[in-house]
Amino acid sequence: MGLEIAFWILAVVSVVAALAVVLLRNVFRAALALVLCLIAVAGIYVTLSADFLAAAQILIYVGGISVLIILAIMLTSDVQHGSLSNKLRIPALVVAILFLGTVGFAATNTPWQVSKISPVEPTTASLAGKLFGSGGFILPVEIAAVLILAAILGAIVLVREK
Amino acid sequence: MSIGLEHYLILSAILFSIGLYGVLAKRNAIIILISIELMLNAVNIAMVAFSRYIVPLLLTGQVFAIFIIVVAAAEAAVGLAIIIAIYRNRETIDVTQVDLMKW
Repeated sequence: MGLEIAFWILAVVSVVAALAVVLLRNVFRAALALVLCLIAVAGIYVTLSADFLAAAQILIYVGGISVLIILAIMLTSDVQHGSLSNKLRIPALVVAILFLGTVGFAATNTPWQVSKISPVEPTTASLAGKLFGSGGFILPVEIAAVLILAAILGAIVLVREK
Repeated sequence: MSIGLEHYLILSAILFSIGLYGVLAKRNAIIILISIELMLNAVNIAMVAFSRYIVPLLLTGQVFAIFIIVVAAAEAAVGLAIIIAIYRNRETIDVTQVDLMKW
């Protein structure tokens, strides 16, 4: 019963915060709404018994990416213009609602093979086995390290003063 | 009424649609990047929900979600660097006015 209440509260908070991200005129407030939405998504992970992923979400998104975004908003000083819409507002709304309808129809009408087994808890040790163990995802982990290095170097080169 | 896989998928679809609207309809490049982060988070919710309800013992969906978070962090860093570089050159981050490569 507690899980249901937690899910509904977190779902409502995340959807309202996501709507605030796209509807607020103030760019800075939109970024703060994004932080609230990311925290609610971390709570959603907890209700799905993904404890490690919830901690990673808080650390990387709420701690890292949101600071980066707020720093970029400060550096570009476009705040006074606000978050305006372009000419495609009505078509974009139609596309988004059509997409929501299609995916919602597909999700509710597909006969999912839902398993009755209770999930692994805690997940950290088994995730480590998956990522670093034999027959796991060790090659993608190495590639991710190269990708992060390339992204850091690229960001430094792009932002550096000439 | 207990919470099932469909609830999480519908929540994920709602968040993805909101992000899609933001990407298509906004002028500010930073808001577009924020909306892309929203869409990536929505996909992550769907991944973890599939992992929890379809294959509860395999955790493959959670591994994919970790890689999505890694790629999203790299994308945010490079994207914001590009936006700051554009702002230095053109004094604006309005994507309707950044039309240097438009024929």
